[in-house]
Amino acid sequence: MDLFLQLTLAGLAIGSIYSCVALAVVMIYQATDHFNFAQGEMAMFSTYVAWTLVGLGAPVWLAFLLAVGISFLAGVIIERVIVKPVENAPVLNQIIVFIGLLVIFNAVAGWIWEFTIKPFPSLFPEDLGFKSTLIGPHHLGVIALTLGVLALVFAFFRFTRVGLAMRAAAANPDSARLVGISVGWMLALGWGLAASIGAVGGILVAPIVYLEPNMMAGVLLYGFAGALLGGVSSPGGAVLGGLVVGVLENWVGQYVPGGSELKLTFALILIVGVLVFKPAGLFGRVVVRRV
Amino acid sequence: MDRPNPITPQLLAGFGIAIVFAAVVPHLVSDFTSFQFTQAMAYGIALLGLNILTGYNGQFSIGHSAFYAVGAYTAAILLYHFEWNHYATLPVAALVAFAVGFLFGLPALRLEGLYLALATFAFAVATPQLLKFDAFEHWTGGVQGLFVPKPEPLIEGLSADQSLYYVTLAIMVLLMAVAWCLLRSRSGRAIMAIRDNPIAASTMGINTALYKTTTFGISAMYTGIAGALSVFVTEFVAPDAFNFFLAVNLLVGSVVGGIVSIPGVIFGGLFLVFVPNFAQDISRAYPFVPPPWAIFGIFLILAIYFVPFGVWGAVERALAWWKRKSAGLGG
Repeated sequence: MDLFLQLTLAGLAIGSIYSCVALAVVMIYQATDHFNFAQGEMAMFSTYVAWTLVGLGAPVWLAFLLAVGISFLAGVIIERVIVKPVENAPVLNQIIVFIGLLVIFNAVAGWIWEFTIKPFPSLFPEDLGFKSTLIGPHHLGVIALTLGVLALVFAFFRFTRVGLAMRAAAANPDSARLVGISVGWMLALGWGLAASIGAVGGILVAPIVYLEPNMMAGVLLYGFAGALLGGVSSPGGAVLGGLVVGVLENWVGQYVPGGSELKLTFALILIVGVLVFKPAGLFGRVVVRRV
Repeated sequence: MDRPNPITPQLLAGFGIAIVFAAVVPHLVSDFTSFQFTQAMAYGIALLGLNILTGYNGQFSIGHSAFYAVGAYTAAILLYHFEWNHYATLPVAALVAFAVGFLFGLPALRLEGLYLALATFAFAVATPQLLKFDAFEHWTGGVQGLFVPKPEPLIEGLSADQSLYYVTLAIMVLLMAVAWCLLRSRSGRAIMAIRDNPIAASTMGINTALYKTTTFGISAMYTGIAGALSVFVTEFVAPDAFNFFLAVNLLVGSVVGGIVSIPGVIFGGLFLVFVPNFAQDISRAYPFVPPPWAIFGIFLILAIYFVPFGVWGAVERALAWWKRKSAGLGG
């Protein structure tokens, strides 16, 4: 029973990281109807930035906050400079631009920081003042921090003017433009926020999987799976989906023979399964298209 | 422009010159260069599969590395464990890849554009791990992969590389012709109608489900044949050769050559073999130049900005412009 609880709690911790990535994916999807395939690599890059700052002597938390801020700026710039020219192009062209970004971030990270794996310090102290055999301090911190981030994001969209404007720009760009919202800048802001949230995910996952340029491939896949499971049109659903996927991943790894070696295949099956049997996800709305 | 060009005397003449040129090449260059050209043609066949699916049928795949792996591993396993003749493995690789593609096309039916891209992305990312899986290790060789011999020359006097070059050339020309016939036919019009307007296509009585899955299968078949040929060329398969970056490579080749084209795949294949080497030379010579993959990524984005129709699209546009101009002068 202890093992089961340990697995579940560790799954929730990993799952909350997937939630971050899923939320980042859903934010861009809501605003632009596209999955950002480069989301994982952007998060990886942010994590390297944090690692460099730590190496320069910055305290871990300061490095974390700076990296999140830098990611925000980078996200805005990427949207304005690289994604904007294909805003109205066919889906294929946009996907190709995302994949180009993915490749560039991956290669440049390997070029600057090399492909050797690096340990990354945890944001949380080893000693929390109490001991538990069920969950480690880092995992506990991850769950707490992501819940905090999610609450902030929710509050931002629910209670601020900018958040409202961003929602309007995503829901109905034309009407939003008519009431004076700069839809283009709202998109850029969305990219910035997504990049920041992704950065949180990357920095939280790095102490677990170690830092290397390919560390996010699996995480991104699980993030996608979480986003789809929860429903790509529902941010709350994406968060829950990420958590469920994290827990499922751990259960499958432990209880299904061969499961620990085939974790990515499990993500594949999950993605295809959700898309085939419940394309709108658990909490998404079904899109009906007019002919 | 979207349909493959009809046969005109000029086209036949151009094609003839290209074939004569291609037939002479291995006698002019070193065996290593022939080997590189063979690799380029193998890529070209894979790109043909991707073009049929994405360019002509409008279904996205960023997971064609998986079908490439299916073809490569089918051939390698038959060669390594059963000591089949090299060329006898090709039809089997084609069939297996077709079956896998057809089966993957079934769930893909319910997925459009982005979701299909996502599912194929997952397939590509999961493939190396599946190939390394312990339970299959006896057959796949696990992480180590499998070594297979190069096919013996078919004709005496040719080197193994030259012989393989000619075989690959013949297969590529044949498969290009098949693709051309398919896309010019009634079925081809149906395939393109589904891309342009799926609802209108099904209203016209086209069985969209059947066409889409079959196109997926055919596309996978082309890519599987290419994978099998690539094993003959490199004499080796290993799981990590079929990672997501191979899928990206194929996409880059398709876009560079022109995704809605048949002859464009030749340029795409040549690009994939020669440009990375070139980029590597440059980034080795000048340390401040980013690594080859980054250059590849930048190239991909720039290509989409400025020439989304690819090399062949540019050639077609130039020809059309020239025709208009000369017609204008004549009249």
